[in-house]
Amino acid sequence: MGIISSGFHGRRQTGNPALPPGQYETASFPVLTAGPAPRIPTDEWEFFISTESGQRHAWSWDTFMALPQMDIHTDIHCVTSWSKLGTTWRGVSLDTLFEDVETNCRFTMAHSYGGYTTNVPLPDLLGGRAWVAWEFDGEPLERAHGGPARLLVPHLYFWKSAKWINGIELTQDDVPGFWESNGYHIHGDPWREERYS
Amino acid sequence: MSTLWRVADVVSSIPETETARTIGLRVNGLNGNLAGQHIDIRLTADDGYTAVRSYSVSRADMEETLEITVDELANGEVSPYLVRELAVGDQLEIRGPVGGWFVWKPTDTNPVQLIAGGSGIVPLMSMIRAHHASENPAQFRLLYSLKSPEAGFYREELQTLGQESRKLTIDYVYTRKAPEGWPNTPQRLTAETLLANILPTDAVPDIFICGQTVFVETVAEWLVQAGYPAASIKTERFGGTGGTR
Repeated sequence: MGIISSGFHGRRQTGNPALPPGQYETASFPVLTAGPAPRIPTDEWEFFISTESGQRHAWSWDTFMALPQMDIHTDIHCVTSWSKLGTTWRGVSLDTLFEDVETNCRFTMAHSYGGYTTNVPLPDLLGGRAWVAWEFDGEPLERAHGGPARLLVPHLYFWKSAKWINGIELTQDDVPGFWESNGYHIHGDPWREERYS
Repeated sequence: MSTLWRVADVVSSIPETETARTIGLRVNGLNGNLAGQHIDIRLTADDGYTAVRSYSVSRADMEETLEITVDELANGEVSPYLVRELAVGDQLEIRGPVGGWFVWKPTDTNPVQLIAGGSGIVPLMSMIRAHHASENPAQFRLLYSLKSPEAGFYREELQTLGQESRKLTIDYVYTRKAPEGWPNTPQRLTAETLLANILPTDAVPDIFICGQTVFVETVAEWLVQAGYPAASIKTERFGGTGGTR
């Protein structure tokens, strides 16, 4: 038990089993990014997956939209302690995008327009746990929230759900991305409170 | 190391405005921190309930003590306690300081443009203090957008620094109420006013913007449109989460 602040009462939310340790629920959708939001018209947008053999799989906006689309209902957890429960997204499962990808790599680096990167182990992207999402709450994803499309890996802290996603590079090693090089945890599981390095 | 919770003693508590307070925290083995970083604060109620929020550090230049400035949010869970209840001699727990991106180091050589919206001044003040205390000759310029003169943090210190320092220039924009005799009518910050009050593109400044989300988004957008490279702009946002960042 920590230091008791006797005048502090707080607002009990931690009884909610959907909240990971140290998180509180918010109804708003805060924006946290490191720099200006890039502007990417969908006719210039591309999503790629590149492998260790130099193979490059790429989708234009139209070929991406022609893939099977899924509705996703999930909770999201930001490392700055807010969680937003019961959010609704639409997008393409990474399982679909990785269908024809052959690799022996166990790690990935997600690359965003604007230069942001974040590393995610490949198993965290597969098995129905990650998507490239382009719709939030029934509306096209706003630019401030990563539109036209962002990575959605809701079982990890939300900085792993890279905004303005451009592609995924398969890597042999677990190389730290942007926030992972700036003090944040290499993996980022909210249920284990993997916040900081 | 920074993931461990450590006990901090409250060593000072000074009002900045009607709703904001600067709190000094002494932490054994703190060993300094970078200007622009934040800490997490954990409060524990007497039944064991805890709440954690992040706060930017406003003073990072002392070895075992740091300061945060907390602005009370009307519906906040933690900030009203920190602003209204917490007293010198109390203890609480902190984690950090953390963050390696929105930081300024005395070894950085580029000119620096700071842009603060309201309480967004907090991490920028830490940079101003670190810069002032250092031998670093780089030019610093602060644009501080405020509702009214009374809403300003660190007023006397900024006034003194603005007058005495040869390497710091301060510009104010008032959005609702200006000081008496102020030449401009209070109004929302415009792109024109912004660009007239910051270091020009050819100075190639490192730019730090901090404030509420809309302020930060808007200012960053104007800067990119005016030709400042996106890679030179670092942003930090406050508000909307019940915390201050």
